[in-house]
Amino acid sequence: MTRRAALTRRNPLARVGAALLFSLPLLSTLDPLTPTLAIAVSIAVAGAFGVSVAALTRRSGPLLLGAVGVLFSVVPFAEPHGQVVAAVGPLEITDGVLVDAVGLGLRVLAVALPGVIVLATMDPTDLADALTQNARLPARFAYGSLAALRLLPLLRSQWQQLVLARRSRGLSPGRNPAAQARSLGGVAFSLLVGAIRDGERLATAMDARGFDAGIARTAARQQRFTGGDWALVAGAAAFAATILMITAGLGM
Amino acid sequence: MVEVQVRDLGWRHAGRREWALRGLDLTIPSGQRVLLLGASGSGKSTLLRALAGLLAADSGDGEGEALLDGVPVARARERVGIVFQDPQTQLVLSRCGDDVAFGLENRGVPPERIWPQVARALRRVGFPYHLDHSTAALSGGEQQRLALAGALATDPGLLLLDEPTANLDPAGAALVRTALAEAVRADTTVVLVEHRIAAALPLVDRVVALGPGGGLLADGPPETVFADHGPALAAAGVWVPGHPLPRLPAAGPAGAPLLSAEKVRYRRHGADRDALPAVDAVVREGEALAVVGPNGGGKSTLALLLGGLIAPTSGVLRAAEDLAAGLDGPPHRWPATGLSARIGSVFQNPEHQFVRANVRDELALGPRLAGHPREHVDATVDDLLDRLGLAALAAANPFTLSGGQARRLSVGAALAAAPRVLVLDEPTFGQDRNTWIALVQLLAGLRDAGAAIVAVTHDDELLATLADRVMSLGGPPTGER
Repeated sequence: MTRRAALTRRNPLARVGAALLFSLPLLSTLDPLTPTLAIAVSIAVAGAFGVSVAALTRRSGPLLLGAVGVLFSVVPFAEPHGQVVAAVGPLEITDGVLVDAVGLGLRVLAVALPGVIVLATMDPTDLADALTQNARLPARFAYGSLAALRLLPLLRSQWQQLVLARRSRGLSPGRNPAAQARSLGGVAFSLLVGAIRDGERLATAMDARGFDAGIARTAARQQRFTGGDWALVAGAAAFAATILMITAGLGM
Repeated sequence: MVEVQVRDLGWRHAGRREWALRGLDLTIPSGQRVLLLGASGSGKSTLLRALAGLLAADSGDGEGEALLDGVPVARARERVGIVFQDPQTQLVLSRCGDDVAFGLENRGVPPERIWPQVARALRRVGFPYHLDHSTAALSGGEQQRLALAGALATDPGLLLLDEPTANLDPAGAALVRTALAEAVRADTTVVLVEHRIAAALPLVDRVVALGPGGGLLADGPPETVFADHGPALAAAGVWVPGHPLPRLPAAGPAGAPLLSAEKVRYRRHGADRDALPAVDAVVREGEALAVVGPNGGGKSTLALLLGGLIAPTSGVLRAAEDLAAGLDGPPHRWPATGLSARIGSVFQNPEHQFVRANVRDELALGPRLAGHPREHVDATVDDLLDRLGLAALAAANPFTLSGGQARRLSVGAALAAAPRVLVLDEPTFGQDRNTWIALVQLLAGLRDAGAAIVAVTHDDELLATLADRVMSLGGPPTGER
């Protein structure tokens, strides 16, 4: 077993709170420098949250794709301003638009990256514990969602079964897109019926074990929100403020 | 520790015309262990839910009362523990220890007493893993033992068991029965619903058989109940131990091979081990082949391969020219309509295969796809409805059927397309004695008419009654015996 990284021991709510406080202020800016600094800070602290740079790159794959997507959708449609730096057919690309687009793409990364980092090592059970014990969220919501989460992997294998089952019944959508859509709808409907039934069974089982029966619940796993947790949240806010002050100072 | 008193108990689910249970009177003294029997639809599960206080007043109409030591169940729920049939949908948390602790937390047990009680409950059921072990990494038998630990952790005076071994292979079922025999305290009152009666009898000292319309068919010590009421109970669909079943061996020797699998192996995309290690198998006309072996040995995967539904990762499945009848290549490349008219597949979960809004259309799908004229389709469907005992349910939605009815419908829907090979995964699961016999006779009739039957099964009675050849999978040596 690897030694647990320092900040993964902090309260789950403090970790989520820190990620939010660090990334949300970025939404107030449009320049490319603010998100670049934020991304640099995120990568620098990832290790303290138990996420190696390799793991971070792997988990950010879809995010990078999204950022590039933003870039390509902004450039052709934004109001041109500044110098023309390139022309693709009738489309003229100006440096002003390019800077805005890169800034937007980087912002997508910068806002999402802290969430990716704290959730990578987050145990859902610990989060539910903290939500009920420290944030006083109703147990019905926190543990109900947690139990439902456990059923999700089942859905994947059920989907595969349902697709095979339709073939066994002689149904095949062929190449016609309308028929394919109908077939997909049929599979989705069967999946939903099964999911509702599983959900009902699980709810009955939880009910039978006294869940939400009006007795004050105790906690087998104690989650505490301590000075260290407040420090983590405050630190995240301080980092965000520092970055904003630096870029403001540079006049961006 | 708890005396159960049931007086004139009745329950009707919301929106139903028939009562699931009605007019039941029953007293169970403290510490007694009762095996609850009855044909499907006699209200066994409803009675267990009533005793656990799980029938919400807004989900149906209730009559009479159920008392635990004189207190209505609704106010004594913390004295009851219950274990259900399906392991997947009764574990709540992802770590084993946390899951056992769940019931204790809900009952407000002080935190410092929770973990000692969790450890004690896990020891009682002989659970071999650490508290942090993942519940998803457990076998079905282990998950059921964990569920039992979760129910026992709160020291219930009344323990209710709703077919706790029904979804398990024989090894897993034995594991749970051992845990039951050793873990339950002598003074705990137990009510057990179980289809595999012979295996459950050592655990109980009283048998109660529910009649179809409410009331009791029989009640007393196991020996006297089966001696006095054996034939009547068997006729009502109860699995009476030692009551003989028909033997249905093949009328003649097996015919020509229809399917030959050579070294077929299957590995799921991205998996690190084979779901099915390389095996050979031959499916012959006029023969019933049974595939047996522990869960996880690849039986269901072999059924999908023989059914032409998945492509082997390596090896080949060849169809005889006679079976292919004009279709080229291996069965997994055949078009769906051609496949279902040649090789029929019946899945373990019948609901997965329902694709129409009512029972009649479900049965008509195969013959319609084959392009048969309307009169022919109607005749096929009517005949099947009759033989499967589903005539009264022709207009019902398949998803509203009981487990036994749904199973018969899924077999019928495959048969309607008139395939020469029928591959079934656990076809007899959840059937009472009468519907079991009807189903097995139907399969024997098909085989004797020249069809090939392949049945993946844990059911020893099915092996004894129908199997002409047995193939054992999983755990060396692998292959036919």
